[in-house]
Amino acid sequence: MAHRAVTTSMPMPRATDVVRLRVNGDLYEVGVPAHYTLLEALRYELLLTGSKQGCDKGDCGACTVIIDGRATLSCLTPVHEAEERDVVTVEGLASADGPHPLQDEFDLKGAAQCGFCTPGILCSAAALLARTPDPSRDEIREALAGNLCRCTGYTKIFEAVEGAAARLRVE
Amino acid sequence: MIKRAHRVGSELTVVGQPQRKIEGLAKSTGRAIYTDDLTLPGMLHGKILRSPHPHARIVSIDTTAAEALEGVHAVVTGRDMPITYGIIPWTPDEFPLCVDRVRYIGDGVAAVAAVDEDTAIRALAEIRVEYEELPPFLDPFDSLAADGSTPWIHQPKKEGRNGNITKHVHLEFGDVDGLMDGSDVVVEGEYHFEGTTHTPIEPHCAIGLFESGGGPGGKLTVWSATQVPHYLHRELARVLEIDPARVRVVQPLVGGAFGGKSEPFDLEFCVAKLSMKAGRPVKILYTREEVFYAHRGRHPFHMRYRTGCRADGRLRSVDARIVLDGGAYASFGLVTTYYSGQLLCAPYAMPAYRFDSTRVYTNKPACGPKRGHGSVQPRFAFEVQMDKLAERVGLDPIDMRRLNFIGEHTRTVNDLRVTSNGFLECLDAVERSSDWREKFRKMPFGQGIGVAGSTYISGTNYPIYPNDMPQSAVQMQIDRSGRVAVFSGASEIGQGCDSLVAYIACEELGVPLDHVRVLRGDTDFTPVDLGAYSSRVTFMLGNAAIDAARKLRKMVCEAVAADWEVKPSEVLLAGGRALWAPDTARQMTVREAFNLAEARFGTLGATGWYDTPKDVHGEYRGGTIGASPAYSFTAHVAEVEVDVETGFVDVKKIWIAHDCGRALNPVLVEGQMEGSAYMGFAEAIMEEHVFKDAEHGRGGLHNAPSLLDYRIPTSLDTPELESLIVESIDPEGPYGAKEAGEGPLHPSIPAIANAIYDAVGVRLDRLPFSPPAVWRALEAAASSGGARKPAAPGTVEVTAPRP
Repeated sequence: MAHRAVTTSMPMPRATDVVRLRVNGDLYEVGVPAHYTLLEALRYELLLTGSKQGCDKGDCGACTVIIDGRATLSCLTPVHEAEERDVVTVEGLASADGPHPLQDEFDLKGAAQCGFCTPGILCSAAALLARTPDPSRDEIREALAGNLCRCTGYTKIFEAVEGAAARLRVE
Repeated sequence: MIKRAHRVGSELTVVGQPQRKIEGLAKSTGRAIYTDDLTLPGMLHGKILRSPHPHARIVSIDTTAAEALEGVHAVVTGRDMPITYGIIPWTPDEFPLCVDRVRYIGDGVAAVAAVDEDTAIRALAEIRVEYEELPPFLDPFDSLAADGSTPWIHQPKKEGRNGNITKHVHLEFGDVDGLMDGSDVVVEGEYHFEGTTHTPIEPHCAIGLFESGGGPGGKLTVWSATQVPHYLHRELARVLEIDPARVRVVQPLVGGAFGGKSEPFDLEFCVAKLSMKAGRPVKILYTREEVFYAHRGRHPFHMRYRTGCRADGRLRSVDARIVLDGGAYASFGLVTTYYSGQLLCAPYAMPAYRFDSTRVYTNKPACGPKRGHGSVQPRFAFEVQMDKLAERVGLDPIDMRRLNFIGEHTRTVNDLRVTSNGFLECLDAVERSSDWREKFRKMPFGQGIGVAGSTYISGTNYPIYPNDMPQSAVQMQIDRSGRVAVFSGASEIGQGCDSLVAYIACEELGVPLDHVRVLRGDTDFTPVDLGAYSSRVTFMLGNAAIDAARKLRKMVCEAVAADWEVKPSEVLLAGGRALWAPDTARQMTVREAFNLAEARFGTLGATGWYDTPKDVHGEYRGGTIGASPAYSFTAHVAEVEVDVETGFVDVKKIWIAHDCGRALNPVLVEGQMEGSAYMGFAEAIMEEHVFKDAEHGRGGLHNAPSLLDYRIPTSLDTPELESLIVESIDPEGPYGAKEAGEGPLHPSIPAIANAIYDAVGVRLDRLPFSPPAVWRALEAAASSGGARKPAAPGTVEVTAPRP
């Protein structure tokens, strides 16, 4: 993004700051407007477009990432608050060996229709399984309550999370 | 686990089995690209200035200060694009940006493109618009009663008419009044369906790139989250006055639509025009609030129904009067007005039927098609009427529906041709799975169970603009590596149509799924498919893909047969191999077979297409609307628990039985069934697309334009959903398939309404059944003797007339 001096009666709304972000294991230094959210930094500066913007005000959950093990709305996280913390996005769930069992189960079980809520839901689910390897259906419902899905009616999502949990317990 | 209520065996090896989606892993790993994920070199960001008034004349627009702002590259107003557009060719009544009149809060008046989003937002604040406010029409009945003493919302097409009316339809079949008078029981009801909106999680987004030079005219490319790239292509060319041969529409993956992206929107024209002015690519991403104002969602319906039947429960006559609140523009409204009546005539036989529907303009965001276009609202009213009639004649409501079953291979009273029909199997499935006989009228007070049925189209026989060309087409090519490439112009909005063509390629050509590439969503290289609407895609695209694949298969089998010196009909293609049917030990890889075919016939490609039957429809004005090559059928049972203290309705479970003809991939069919039932549940209990009136704030202002305030169900709210697939194997569908994406929404709402009645004996004829509405109804019942469990029906045994 270009930032230039402007001649207008309105004041410049921002300054550019350099922030240090640790995302999916890599440390980045990026220059961002001070008002940026983590979501904006991820999408516009790091080009990690897996995290989605559905509402930009914390209502839909499509922007959910994992910060220090907790599922977090990146659209409500000022970029400075993410500095030096451990951020995992949907792109960071897979490994060189292949997709995360959650990602594979979402495909097998038909849990992603349009796929727009999927990255956020996967992050919420991955955070859940990291702390609760054998969640009940109600625990899954609770963990995903901040992620709106408009396509599936959630049933296939629950089944995919349960399928992934079972696979992870075996591994 | 796939549960089939009614399974039909087949020789198919790929079709009918659970399969991955071809873009499934891209979606779950974050690699899938949606429009807003694209950034073009030098791209500018656009924003649209919107009207703060529900109804006003634009006196003047001054963009000088905005244009002078550093970082602003282009500003456009309505005067730059003074040609109206509209999805229906007979009712183009919208300008890309308003020229001299705004008709709802949120109507676009100007747009800017700037170096970044912040600058674009500041530029909007520098645009000076002078308005002369006009009296708004916010209530559809005020619009109807208008006498012209204040300005119409749109100029009447003919002098002396009410310019606030989009469309009036009056159709009558059979002796409605005579049969009504002769009915033993007549039930009258008044129903109100509040508007709801789609809220796909992806907001609308578009990028325009105009490349001038290289010949006269230049070239326009628009990337858009649209359900209808072909119609967008046409309208961009027409409105911007560019030769369609110079326009390209690219459709990245679409993050949900549900009908909310099925016509052109202001942002697509604006990114194009701004790019033409600025000479740079321009992106506009709607804010969530703009998505609510763009709307095109479900029309509010005010409905009166009279339904008559004989003492034995057989329907005699149905009479409906409907007022549709259309909002500020026509959108699909002409079709919606017909659909409000035309799609009610199955799955029950009715000897006489009349509907009188009027769509009026109001100064609110335009309504349009939402999943189950125009027929979800009347289905709610009609299925509640059926429940009331069943009670009056002492029939179990499932038996009442069986008794009136219209049958298969028949015509409806309004002369729609019905082919396959698995509605009875749907009723059987939900009755059995829900344990209906043990529950209906037998659960404790506060708990209840209800049933409803419905039908829906698998596409429409007539395209939106009259033409004799195919409705859907694909190109398919096979290559030396054993791969199949499918070029498909169909709109992947999450329902799985890209996977559908891949499954068909696998089934017909014997290749594994990962050897199929689907090249899609680009009007420069894919043949025309008309779009993802009216549940047309599986039926039409599926048949087109079969047509192409079989042309290729014929050549491959001939080449292999020549090599083996056997008959082509003895060659099978399956599981990655070509096999000799009499002795399958004789085989070769599909790759070798493709190479033989290429050596024999040259480079191999085929086009396939499908067009609808044009000779099956009613011979009356409007008789083509509702005509479909096949109809799906659905039955739901819903179980509820009503908290009489708070009015909260807890929907415990919905059983969904759906006749989809054949489930080409049962996982995806179930996904459509569950997603539909979820959306119907949401409309029944939670959703309300309402606007403030002058007494409650600024008239015409959206009451809740956010995903927090416009309540859609979370994982905690959504009931348990059980899918029961019924396969009737349609004679004309691809492998017998029909639609599954919209039909299964319809019965959710009346099934829940009927379950609430079973629970507490209170009828709710206004949507949504929110806690205050239910609580008030219970209070009203208390003042007249108290809510109580309704009486059980008699023990009349009813046998369905099976064909």
